[in-house]
Amino acid sequence: MRALALALLLVAPLAQAGEIPAAERRSDTVTMSAELRAMQADDMANPASFWALDGQTLWDAKAGTSGKSCADCHGDAQASMKGVAARYPAFDGATGRVLDLEARINQCRTDRQGAPPLAMESRELLDLTTYVGLQSRGAPISSSDPRLAPAIETGRQLFSARQGQLNLSCAICHDDNWGRKLGGATVPQAHPTGYPIYRLEWQSVGSLQRRLRNCMVGMRAEPYPFGSDAYIALEAFLMFRAKGLPMETPAVRP
Amino acid sequence: MSQTPTNLTRRAALTGAAATGAGLLVLRSVAPASATPEAMRAVMRTIVGDAPLRKGRVQLDLPPLVENGNTVPMTVTVDSPMTARDHVTAIHVLNEKNPQPYVVSVHMNHRAGAPHFSTRIKLGDTQRVIAIARMSDGSFWSGEQDVIVTIAACLENF
Amino acid sequence: MARALINVPPKAKVGDIIEIKTLVSHPMETGYRVGLGGEILPRNIIQTFTCAYNGEEIYRAEFSPAVAANPYLAFHTLAMETGTLEFRWTGDNDFLLVETASITVE
Ligand code: HEC
Ligand code: HEC
Repeated sequence: MRALALALLLVAPLAQAGEIPAAERRSDTVTMSAELRAMQADDMANPASFWALDGQTLWDAKAGTSGKSCADCHGDAQASMKGVAARYPAFDGATGRVLDLEARINQCRTDRQGAPPLAMESRELLDLTTYVGLQSRGAPISSSDPRLAPAIETGRQLFSARQGQLNLSCAICHDDNWGRKLGGATVPQAHPTGYPIYRLEWQSVGSLQRRLRNCMVGMRAEPYPFGSDAYIALEAFLMFRAKGLPMETPAVRP
Repeated sequence: MSQTPTNLTRRAALTGAAATGAGLLVLRSVAPASATPEAMRAVMRTIVGDAPLRKGRVQLDLPPLVENGNTVPMTVTVDSPMTARDHVTAIHVLNEKNPQPYVVSVHMNHRAGAPHFSTRIKLGDTQRVIAIARMSDGSFWSGEQDVIVTIAACLENF
Repeated sequence: MARALINVPPKAKVGDIIEIKTLVSHPMETGYRVGLGGEILPRNIIQTFTCAYNGEEIYRAEFSPAVAANPYLAFHTLAMETGTLEFRWTGDNDFLLVETASITVE
């Protein structure tokens, strides 16, 4: 049934083609029902609040051989982490690599705290990422570091390349057919404004990489391994593409 | 007060989607939502007993087109003055197609002040949801709404 | 770790109708789902919720497996006197969670 839906989408005339004009760029919060928007807007109704609160507890908890907490070095996250998530993935001068927020937090875990890295999609890593991400709520996405250019270019290519058994690209859906229906869902513009998100389908909070993985499975393409450079390049391109949109972490999505 | 047609069949839903130009609407194993299955009727009997169940005074608010059946925001409002003499004592929400007809029941007295509550429910399928309110005079009133549950695209596994 | 979020207005006037919002962290596993290994995931739900105002029960809810994960419940009550609201969730596997909130009524 779903393969059929995808196939029909392919033969349907394009709603629009090419990159989304700046004036039409928007978070897909606006295409959700009023009920889901209300759930996202009210911290008392958004279950992701549990992840953010647990992240705050972890922020203050000592870990690793250093015996230090995040707070011992960074102080109050509301001040020190303000706007940080809005410019990730970021270039790390020390290693010459591009890191997403999860990788950056894990780098502090291993190199600064002397603790083992947290597994991708583990509750603790989602807690910390949600808590750090929350400090950027409302901040415009702003990745302007020129050293990110190669990753953004790689991400752009991955986004436009056809792949998987259905021979689809991300761009066919998210640049050319956003706003149309696919199954019960509206094809979103795919801006990463709200990550980590509480996804109703997961009944849980998950990362942007998990969301991208779901789309790859939907395209019948082999998902990349969690934490791979390919995901980080896609994340860097998506953030570049969403420049100026306000962060909404933690968003709610169907 | 239901906002959607009460006999929404699969064909009607699909035509409706096509007519609005919305494109594809894939429904999950949909059957006509007109019959009230036995299980729900039996539960209604246990709630109401021999008293008549009247239509009205109960308003169910659910999104008519549910984006994901795992979490469906729902508000129930009953028309009642909520005085010590005349108030709602219980509201029962039932559905006809989940594995069990019971969804949620709330019990209150006039100290609730407003005959109104919100929660979030699971709906595995396109179906009818019914709310029954019991008043302090022992009368029962009901409201219903039909809900179309669509499947999310791009899930974890196909 | 955070288990429940409760929103009660800290202050109210006698007779005000106040809204109480509650959100509790719980999987609400239905008992009908199949796990990755093909096994039925055992039912694990919250069954009852009660709210007592200065010791008197003013609201009660009975949940079924059809209540969504991380149950949310918003309801109202009349502000009567200064005191404590006690919220209690009980469920499968001896689940018990009790939280309180205070309110000043003038
Ligand atoms: C021993 C001190 C120390 C500890 C403990 C520590 N960090 Fe850091 N962290 C740093 C330093 C120093 C930097 C800046 C490094 C740089 O610029 O290369 C940094 C950078 C960061 C950044 C990137 C900030 C930016 O502006 O790009 C984030 C996010 C971060 N840390 C999160 C955390 C979290 C979450 C924890 C706890 C799990 C933590 N850190 C624990 C010292 C620490
Ligand atoms: C067949 C169409 C299709 C393709 C191809 C596709 N997606 Fe998606 N994507 C969707 C749909 C539909 C959703 C929304 C899912 C839902 O709500 O059920 C979505 C959601 C997303 C989101 C979340 C947006 C938000 O608002 O949170 C991102 C990001 C995303 N896709 C990126 C990608 C990337 C990157 C690729 C390529 C690797 C891709 N998608 C390929 C259809 C597609």
